[in-house]
Amino acid sequence: MAPLRVLLIDDEEELVSTLVERLMLRGIEVDGVTSGADAFGRVQEKRFDVVVLDMKMPGMGGLEVMRRIRREQPGVKFVLMTGRGSLEEGEEGKQEGASAYLLKPINIEDLIEKMMEAVRV
Amino acid sequence: MRFLRRIIPGYWAGEGDSEKDLFRYRRLWKYSVSLTALVSLAPLVIMTVVNYYLDQKMHRVEMTHPISQHTSNTKRSLEFFIEERLSALNFIIHDKPYENLVDQKRLYAVLRNMRDSFGGFVDLGIIDAEGYQRSYVGPYELKGKDYRDQDWFHEVSLRGLYVSNVFMGYRNFPHFVIAVKKEKAGAGFYVLRATIDAETPIQKIISPMDLRPSSDVFVINREGVLQTSSRFHGKILEKSSVAVPPYSSRPEVLEGHTREGQSYLLGYAYIEQTPFILMIVTQQQALMQNWLSVRRDLIWFLVGSVVLILLVIFWGSIYMVSRVREADLKRDALLHNVEYTNKMASIGRLATGVAHEINNPLAIINEKAGLVKDLALLTEDFPQKEKIIKNIDSLLTNVERCSTITHRLLGFAKRMDVTLETINLEFLIREVLGFLEKEASYRNISVNFHIPEGFPSIQSDRGQLQQVFLNIINNAFAAMKEGGRIDISMREEREEDAVAVTIKDTGHGISKEDLPHIFEPFFTTKKEGGVGLGLSITYGIVEKLGGRISVESTVGHGTGFTVILPAEKTRF
Repeated sequence: MAPLRVLLIDDEEELVSTLVERLMLRGIEVDGVTSGADAFGRVQEKRFDVVVLDMKMPGMGGLEVMRRIRREQPGVKFVLMTGRGSLEEGEEGKQEGASAYLLKPINIEDLIEKMMEAVRV
Repeated sequence: MRFLRRIIPGYWAGEGDSEKDLFRYRRLWKYSVSLTALVSLAPLVIMTVVNYYLDQKMHRVEMTHPISQHTSNTKRSLEFFIEERLSALNFIIHDKPYENLVDQKRLYAVLRNMRDSFGGFVDLGIIDAEGYQRSYVGPYELKGKDYRDQDWFHEVSLRGLYVSNVFMGYRNFPHFVIAVKKEKAGAGFYVLRATIDAETPIQKIISPMDLRPSSDVFVINREGVLQTSSRFHGKILEKSSVAVPPYSSRPEVLEGHTREGQSYLLGYAYIEQTPFILMIVTQQQALMQNWLSVRRDLIWFLVGSVVLILLVIFWGSIYMVSRVREADLKRDALLHNVEYTNKMASIGRLATGVAHEINNPLAIINEKAGLVKDLALLTEDFPQKEKIIKNIDSLLTNVERCSTITHRLLGFAKRMDVTLETINLEFLIREVLGFLEKEASYRNISVNFHIPEGFPSIQSDRGQLQQVFLNIINNAFAAMKEGGRIDISMREEREEDAVAVTIKDTGHGISKEDLPHIFEPFFTTKKEGGVGLGLSITYGIVEKLGGRISVESTVGHGTGFTVILPAEKTRF
């Protein structure tokens, strides 16, 4: 099975870099970016299976980013993270078509499981 | 005691409120009672007093009128009786020549005729100007008697007419004397004198058949000596026990007291041309009997009305002030509630803020630690590897602990979507109890439901309610030792279209100091475990569902939570 291609978007650089490294260690192909704008650039260059997205970011909000990425790559799955926000944002995201949401701080095994589930469907 | 508690209002017994408030309600009550009593009783009392005096006056008039009437009538009869006899004497003295009258035989014929026509005449005599009795017919041997120096003879010679006091005369019967004078042609005069039986005819005149038993009618002379016998005031020719009334030409009625102190009404009249005074004495007590009964009725009416009015005023004021106080208490409770809700909302905002700010750094710590562990696991054995991994695991565990707290904090203040469905609260709570069934049987805890017949289903969110009741029942279990008891009762709150569920345990209870804080986040009394978020989350959910939650507790006896939920949730 080809490795999972994941785009990780979060405004906390430290979190992105660490999480990218940990996912890579688990054989997942991860691109990490820290803003919506960077993410749009990346999706133009490369196809992804899953986008892991923080709901609350400065500038463009998580849901808006999600809509624009989907326009670019209609089949891509989304797993949302909420930390500064609260549960109902996650629910909102799910209604917008996200596969799952996780509360920060996340458990890496949970994240991988959700991503796998999203792709499998 | 219970009865007293029911009739004495709370503000009187001094329950609940502060000293100042109690004083305020009592003052309000006093004002209300005294003002209402004044405006309602004053007219009543004034009217009754006025009525009393009018009645009394009328009664007095009613009482004196017949006496005055009677006196007047009797006076006339008595005057007529004497007038008649004087007229008869006048007629005779003018009709018969002197010579005829001094003739014993002829005078006897006159006396006989007069006895037949008038009655009461005892004797007749002619006295000449020297006071010498010239002729006499009657039971005494009075012919030739000299009256020259006697008072009556002087009076008749001066006035031409005389009526004497009563005296005991012939055969010891009371008599009186009348006499008239005639001037002789030329010089001198002579007097016709008659003795009249006083008792029988006068008694007949003055004692009508319908005399009251308490009344007494008699005649006295101007010295107060009885001229007839009386019932109560002395025998004939004795001094009357009733004093001589002041002179009046008309019949009069006046009040007086006998020497024995009895009060009486006296009707009297001076009889013209005689020394006689007609007296009609009636004991007032007997006359007042009617008035006394009227007065008694009047007083009872007044007392009854006053008591009734006062009772109504007392109860009315108690009721009114109680309502005012209830309204005040309700308002205070409402204010308190609003205050509490605001406080909880502030705490909620603070909690979410803190949770937000902590979650992101916590996430970084989590990933960094995770990475260190990943790397350590991937590296070949190095000194202290095991120890490092162990420490990192501990780090991760504690990060998880923190995140549990922040997640629950977010839950306390979360805006949530409410999915409405029809819920049977009994089934829902039984479902929740299902989770705890094992623990219940293991710890020998009994659960009892008290649900009224026809208890309605409500519209609410199943999942949220499950969490609410799970939290409360969990706490109840935690508070109880083996063999405890949980009572779950439900009732309708029709006034606000809501239902109330009360869950009571027999646990250790919550102290008074802790009770106001139990819904605040991080407040806990549990020794081990327990972050202190369960009840604050419960509180948040119930509020969001449009209901409210309250608690009552007694240390050592148990705690009862009451959740009030709208029958149909309309506001979000």
